[in-house]
Amino acid sequence: MTSLKEIVEKLNLETVSSAELTDRPVAGGYAADLLSCVMKGAKKDYLWVTLQAHVNVVAVASLLNLAGVIITEGNRPDQESIARADEEKITLLVTPKTTYTVVGELTLLGVRGES
Amino acid sequence: MLKPFLADLHVHTVLSGCAEVEMVPPLILRQAKRLGLNLIAVTDHNACHNAEAVIQAAEGTDIHVLPGMELQSKEEVHLLCLFDTVRQCQEWQEEVFRRLPPLGNKEEIFGAQFVVDSVGEWVRTEERFLAGATDLGLEEIVAGVHSLEGMVIPAHVDRPSFSLLSNLGWVPESLKVQALEVTPRFVPRIGFQKWPQLKAWCLIVNGDAHRLQEMRNRTLFKMDAPVIREIDLALKGEQGRRVVVEWPEAH
Repeated sequence: MTSLKEIVEKLNLETVSSAELTDRPVAGGYAADLLSCVMKGAKKDYLWVTLQAHVNVVAVASLLNLAGVIITEGNRPDQESIARADEEKITLLVTPKTTYTVVGELTLLGVRGES
Repeated sequence: MLKPFLADLHVHTVLSGCAEVEMVPPLILRQAKRLGLNLIAVTDHNACHNAEAVIQAAEGTDIHVLPGMELQSKEEVHLLCLFDTVRQCQEWQEEVFRRLPPLGNKEEIFGAQFVVDSVGEWVRTEERFLAGATDLGLEEIVAGVHSLEGMVIPAHVDRPSFSLLSNLGWVPESLKVQALEVTPRFVPRIGFQKWPQLKAWCLIVNGDAHRLQEMRNRTLFKMDAPVIREIDLALKGEQGRRVVVEWPEAH
C-alpha cells in the first residue's frame, strides 16, 4: 500500500498542518466537494481530494478517520481550520493542481477508489 | 402607521453544536435589548426545538421572536426558513426530519446540541446529528416553506462555503425568494464587483450569531407588524414597506 509520505513527495504537495507525515498507509481515495457525499463515500484511511478548505472539512476528516485531505486548485485553509487540524491530528495538504489531475496521479500511484 | 423594526433574523442557540453555551434565551434577549433589536429569529441548524423557549422568554418585552431554522439543502446551501408560529415551524420540522439522514451526533467533533427552557435550563440533549445536509433541493424547500406560509432567505451568500454563490456560483432565476442575506463583512462596492448579480437583489445583514457578541443590529424594517406577510412586503418594497441596511465603509 502506498504511504502518505510517499504520496506527498511524488505529487509535490505542500503540508499546511503540523501533523507529522508518517508511513501511514493510504487505503484508497475519494473525491467530492459536498460533505454529505464524503460522509457516505469515504472510508477510514482514505485520502480525500476536494477544493473545499473550510473548518468543516477537518471535522469530516476527523469523523471518518481519514489518512488526510488534499485541497486542490490553490485553495488554502484559514488559521482556524489549520489549528483544528492540528488538534485532531489531521494532515492537510494543498496543491495548485485541479482535483481531476490529482486523482489521475493518485490512480497512477496505485491509490484506488471503490470499484 | 408603519413602525421601525430593527432586526437580526439569524440567531443560533445552544441547540446548534457550533454555538457557545451563552446562547440561551435570557442572554440572547438581553443582548438583543442592548443592541436595540425588537425583532429576532431563532435559526438553529435544521431544527427549531429552542424557538418556543426564546419566544416565551421574550413575553412581556418589546422584542418579537420569529421561529425558524437554518436549513441545509442537498446542494449544501444554507437557507433561513422563517415562520409566524411555532406550529407552522414544527410542521416544517417534521418534513425536514424525514429528509435528514438519521445519524447520531458526535459531540466531541460537532459539539453538543442542547434543548433548553425559557430561563436557559437544560431540558435534554438532542442525540440526532442536526448540522448535516438534508436531501431537500432548493426549489423543493422554497415550495414547502411557502405552502406553510413561511419565508425563505438564502443565508450568508457571500460566504465561501455553504452558500448559494459558493456552491452554485449564481442565484438561480427560478428561485422564488425576495431577499438574500449577506454577512456583516460584506461591503457593497467590493461585493458588487465580485458578484454583479447581487446589485439586483434586496440584501439584508444578520449576525449568524454563534456567540452573543456576533448579534447585529444593521437591518431595519419599516412595516406594520413583525409578521412574515409584512416582512415580505418590506423586502419587495411594496405598499410603503421597506428595508434599510447600514453598510460599512469600504477600506
